Amino acid sequence: MDNDRIDQIIDKHQGEASSLIQVLLEIQSENHWLPKKVLERVGEKLQVPLTRILHIATFYKAFSLVPRGRHEVHICVGTACHVRGATRILDTVQDLTGIKPGETDLDMKFSLETVNCLGCCALGPVMEIDGKTHGKMAPAETADVLKNYE
Amino acid sequence: MSEILLQIDGKEVKAREGMTILEAAQSAEISIPTLCYHEKLEPYGGCRLCTVEVEIRGWTKLVAACLYPVEENLIVRTRTEKVDRIRKMILELLLAHAPDAFVLQDLAQEYGADRDRFEKEASFCIHCGLCVRYCAEVKKKYAVGFVDRGTRKEISFIPEIASKECWDCKECFPLCPTSALQAAFVLTKALFSPPLSSEPESGKQELS
Amino acid sequence: MSQINSPAELEDFRKGILSKRDPNKPCITLCSGSACHATGSGEVAKSLEEELEKQGLSAEVDIRKTGCHGFCERGPIIVIYPDEICYFQIEPDDVPEIISETIKKKKIIERLLCTDPSINEKIIRESEIPFYKHQERLVFGSNGSIDPKSIDDYLSIGGYSALSKALSGMNSGEVLQEIKKSNLRGRGGGGFPAGRKWEESRNAPDEIKYVIVNADEGDPGAYMDRSLLEGNPHSILEGLTIGAYAIGSHEGYIYVRQEYPLAVENVNLAIKKAEEYGFLGKNILGSGFDFIVKVHQGAGAFVCGESSALMTALEGRAGEPRPKYIHTAVKGLWDRPSVLNNVETWANVPLIINKGADWFTQFGTEGSKGTKIFSLVGKITNTGLVEVPMGMTLRDIIFKIGGGIPGGKRFKAVQTGGPSGGCIPEELLDLEVGFDELTKAGSMMGSGGMIVMDEDTCMVDVARYFIDFLTDESCGKCVPCREGLRQMLKILTNITVGKGTEGDIELLEELSETAKEAALCALGKSAPNPFLSTLRYFRDEYAAHIKEKRCPALSCKELIAYHIDPDKCKACMMCLRKCPAEAIDGGKKKIHVIDQEKCTKCGTCFEVCPSKFDAVTKISGEPVPSPIPEEKRIIIKKSKKNE
Repeated sequence: MDNDRIDQIIDKHQGEASSLIQVLLEIQSENHWLPKKVLERVGEKLQVPLTRILHIATFYKAFSLVPRGRHEVHICVGTACHVRGATRILDTVQDLTGIKPGETDLDMKFSLETVNCLGCCALGPVMEIDGKTHGKMAPAETADVLKNYE
Repeated sequence: MSEILLQIDGKEVKAREGMTILEAAQSAEISIPTLCYHEKLEPYGGCRLCTVEVEIRGWTKLVAACLYPVEENLIVRTRTEKVDRIRKMILELLLAHAPDAFVLQDLAQEYGADRDRFEKEASFCIHCGLCVRYCAEVKKKYAVGFVDRGTRKEISFIPEIASKECWDCKECFPLCPTSALQAAFVLTKALFSPPLSSEPESGKQELS
Repeated sequence: MSQINSPAELEDFRKGILSKRDPNKPCITLCSGSACHATGSGEVAKSLEEELEKQGLSAEVDIRKTGCHGFCERGPIIVIYPDEICYFQIEPDDVPEIISETIKKKKIIERLLCTDPSINEKIIRESEIPFYKHQERLVFGSNGSIDPKSIDDYLSIGGYSALSKALSGMNSGEVLQEIKKSNLRGRGGGGFPAGRKWEESRNAPDEIKYVIVNADEGDPGAYMDRSLLEGNPHSILEGLTIGAYAIGSHEGYIYVRQEYPLAVENVNLAIKKAEEYGFLGKNILGSGFDFIVKVHQGAGAFVCGESSALMTALEGRAGEPRPKYIHTAVKGLWDRPSVLNNVETWANVPLIINKGADWFTQFGTEGSKGTKIFSLVGKITNTGLVEVPMGMTLRDIIFKIGGGIPGGKRFKAVQTGGPSGGCIPEELLDLEVGFDELTKAGSMMGSGGMIVMDEDTCMVDVARYFIDFLTDESCGKCVPCREGLRQMLKILTNITVGKGTEGDIELLEELSETAKEAALCALGKSAPNPFLSTLRYFRDEYAAHIKEKRCPALSCKELIAYHIDPDKCKACMMCLRKCPAEAIDGGKKKIHVIDQEKCTKCGTCFEVCPSKFDAVTKISGEPVPSPIPEEKRIIIKKSKKNE
């Protein structure tokens, strides 16, 4: 992401330090991750120490300091889905992709994350891939669903 | 600022408005154990070792002495069975990280804390935050900070800043109750080769 | 659109909207909340538009994409007005029939209706369906009739009349009094009297004050705030503006978790529209009162639902809670007096101002006035959002409205209050829902999540699950929470994998006391609740796990084994084919055997074995029977020899 675009986003939030999280959210959404150079630029423009930015970038789950895969797989582990067997779905997906939550596979194909409640409890257990919700999942079905993604 | 009268361990203590229980106790030479408190820094309230029992308007509760503002007629008890139990547990939880830290060992003796109650953890750091806060509030260099949250929280040096500032400073080192700070600095230095450019030519290969 | 500058102008404008709307004109409302969207309501909407176009009816029939109706188990839902015909689980293929039969010929399509299980009759009208009939949908009811993206829809149901009344007919002190009189208690978790909080801020000596909407809704399983914000954002804006007027604030914030993109979108749109119409900004409705609202998104941290952590996040920092020895109502956001309330709390405000505190207090109980929206989820037949008056029993909510436990299973417990709450067992099902009643039972109201659990749920695992959640979400600042939960998680995990020992329970209780008494914030202080409440009511399960290495609910993976009963297995190959670990040995006429070394305990075999055979069992606390000898595994066609 080039400095011009970063500056644009910062200016949109009136260059206020309190908008730090909102700025980073926009960058994360466009760029899919937060490179260190970008964080340094943000720190410079908003006059905020890098330690504060790094704390925020690691404290909040929405941010990633490493590039993410082409497809983001989110498994809901909220209580309702848990009670309906989300753990088994998670285990199966981990086995199939070879990665654990927070990780990206070596082909940069899948990034796996657990999420706490997508609010589709009637469809539990739920797996969301690239924003598309797959409900009433059974472990045996996960392989078929994942196969559709290149 | 008006004067406030409160009671600590049965003793009448005069304090000023805006003081915390800890400051009032210190002025009356009543000791309350602390780990994350430092007079040059904003109170943090992270270690909870300074937990005391207070009674006000008929209500009793446990609060952190380093943060709780003094009130007229406040009754403070710095040692009760419950308070001692909690301090013992806090120490045991921290001893799992830094069993050899002198500060912890001394307190452990006083409260009967068992250093082997919990399995040893990998990290020495007890998250008192003294290093981070000192560098931010006193030195204003922001060379070291916290990253992540919860059980994954760690201190981390920013190599670019540390390489410029830390060699000639190191004022946070003696603040660290365990050896975590030095360990973090050494690790950061080791991870970044070629050698940091501002390393002094003469002497000091080792950090003291 | 020119601004509306006075209460009189507002009423004229409202009359104008209503005059252009014919209540008898057919209108198809389609639930378009996030959950229905996930089941395909978007495609249904497109299908409806296309079909109406095709049949030349676009001008005669309105389509309104509304917010969540609440009956999430049966979505997508449509309700056809003016006859209130309610159809469930609609697919795009159903649409042509709906248009030609119901719209054109006024004929009901039976298969799309809801059946009342108690009288086994089909029900046509939405309000007669047991799920809705037993509710009191004061706050949530409007969701089904308005398009959240249309401010005119909100005005057509009386929207912004409360604001108009407050700004023109009442002074700010009177507004505050009305809220105090109503005894409205916070709907986010704490249950603190809203009026008292408002008064504290109002009396705080500071020119600058803030009002904040907590839409972080982090409790897993709870999504009522999302549905309110998505479905009726103006009701929250109106409540917030009234609150700002009452305390003397001119700047408000809505903190929405970023996991709710539709809510963020709809509330931003609502703010824009409200500004256009003059309900936000300078000199609102000519009253001289100024108020603006900004939206901030969360970034994925449960702890930011805690009020002081939320304010720290609004300041652009990592959301670590602050000590609240001085209330945030006095020193909050940027150390200014700040009133933070939950979405549902704010949504109640316009109702109270419009209809009066006396009207409001007729609902609910002595200590808990009004209604509460619960998200009824988990092992329940009618999953969805329900709004009931405080004082209704858990039994009525779960069985009368919720339709009981599916699959013929037994009710075991209902978990309320999210990770800060606890589990309530069967013997307390007649508890009347209310803040104090739930707290006395060892749980709490929380944000309103109600997770129903049945006989297959392991309560020790439930405790472990919540501690795991909280360990991940803890900010890490204080020792009792960070280190205490770390150790609690280790012990509970050990118990669920069969490594529990004598003394574990006592140690867990000690760690619980430390966290409850000495943690910095409410997350830490309430973290032990799920463990303490499951211990209180299900101690026998803990004992079984620790002493017998047995999971009574047959749930904990390390403590169970799947076993195919050779007497029941008919070698149908279903499980063999579906097993993801290829752990089943057998053949067409050869009784199947599970290789325990390969088995990953996913439970697929248990689920796919046809119910007429019911051959797969779960064993816990005892060794798995050894496989029968090879010869005996061959199924020979039944002859007199084998009888």
